Amino acid sequence: MDASVSPVFWILAAVIILSAIAVVSLKNIFHCALFLILCLFSVAGIFILLHAEFLAAAQVLIYVGAVAILIIFAIMLTTNLASRTIQQVNKHALTALFGCALFVLAMVGLFRQSGVWNWTQTALPDENVLTIGKLLMTKYMLPFEVVSVLLLAALIGAIALAREEKS
Amino acid sequence: MELYPVFMWLHDLLESTGIGEPWSTIISYGFLAVTVFGTLSILALFLVWWERKIAGHIQQRFGPMRTGWHGWYQTIMDAVKLLQKEDIRIATRDKAVFFWAPVVCFVAAYLAYVVIPFGENLIVADLNVGILYIIAVTTFTVISLLMAGWGSNNKYALLGGMRSAAQVVSYEVPMAVSILTVIVFAGSLSMVDIANAQQGNIIFNWFIFKPPFGIIAFLTYITAATAEANRTPFDIPEAEQELVAGYNVEYSGMKFAMFFLAEFVNLFTVSAIAVTLFFGGWHGPLLPSWIWFLLKTFAVILLLMLFRWTFPRLRVDQLMEFAWKFLVPLTFANLILAGWFKYAGWHW
Repeated sequence: MDASVSPVFWILAAVIILSAIAVVSLKNIFHCALFLILCLFSVAGIFILLHAEFLAAAQVLIYVGAVAILIIFAIMLTTNLASRTIQQVNKHALTALFGCALFVLAMVGLFRQSGVWNWTQTALPDENVLTIGKLLMTKYMLPFEVVSVLLLAALIGAIALAREEKS
Repeated sequence: MELYPVFMWLHDLLESTGIGEPWSTIISYGFLAVTVFGTLSILALFLVWWERKIAGHIQQRFGPMRTGWHGWYQTIMDAVKLLQKEDIRIATRDKAVFFWAPVVCFVAAYLAYVVIPFGENLIVADLNVGILYIIAVTTFTVISLLMAGWGSNNKYALLGGMRSAAQVVSYEVPMAVSILTVIVFAGSLSMVDIANAQQGNIIFNWFIFKPPFGIIAFLTYITAATAEANRTPFDIPEAEQELVAGYNVEYSGMKFAMFFLAEFVNLFTVSAIAVTLFFGGWHGPLLPSWIWFLLKTFAVILLLMLFRWTFPRLRVDQLMEFAWKFLVPLTFANLILAGWFKYAGWHW
């Protein structure tokens, strides 16, 4: 990574990790949701550093604009959740910690083994968005459409579940 | 592209004094941020005064008259008063959330100005995702409404926050799809490219003059934008005469002022976007580009203000039905047909 951007990268990385820890450790579920938003927003910042502006905008639009707001709505609509503190850990905390430690060890081992990272030397295309749009409509047409159908199915399912039965 | 004249001048000046490279850039950007912030604050104060004058004249009264010529510094005095007011903080509030909600609200309104072209080369950054960036950052407004509703720890504020959020989220869909129709015309997401695509041919290259899609897109956009900016006929979030207020009911002093100013900044934002997308942006003859931009934007704002003082308020169920059952299908049909025309290569 370029030396001039690295301080920004480190700040963003610290914010991401700290807010992610806050999401899984705070007792107030609304605060957890807000820290999730901060975490996802900082990930968008990492995308900007990598010159992937479209991805960053999409990240904010989808995760902050849709997913996070949905989560907050769900929290607000749940009765008696407002003043309750939630339990974030259970009896399996130690086992989970062991599992995570194993995962970290495995990842560190893998990274050390692979040695050098593969960097592409080709310059970024000027019309980033245009290229993404063209690829989505040609080469990746099928996955793109399948995802759309999946989202539509989720939407219809949610409406069907939320609708009151006429008795 | 960064507000070229100002940014480059300041950057060169700092370089000549012998400050190192990272600092000169950082200071120049900081100066830019402060400039945009100052401009926005003055604009918001002016818009509040203008709105009050228009409201007054529509209702056959004068509006503010006692502070200066036609009360021109009324809103400045109001701002000073709000600054001095006691900041009432209810004991049962959620401290951090209550504090940050107005900040998030104002920052979300402010962030959009990174990509708004005020004139030729008068843009902070010409991102190639321009308009998508605006749609993305303005979603933080919804977060701030929900934060304010929750942080107040008051059932009316909570309900008000959810009501406002539901409205803004619903009207975001037709607004984004109307904007997409313009992107189909322009073939780019960058605000500068969109404005440049409408250059020439007097005014008939403006995207609003691309019948029928341009005019439909503009009408749906301006409707959705009115709702996004929480203005009558869609001002259920704080229907003064009926509901007292919504998410901001527990806020006072400067925190309330931040919500209030953000609303007027949003009004300017949606009008500036409308000008860039449909009225040729800063392009115009004779006068400097930024004057043209401001003139057009104030014309759109005047239109929105006339809406506010002529139409009755919609009921909340009518509001939602109008968005989902009328605007969304209309904008989607418009988008698909416009795309088809463009694909077929028909000129109109």
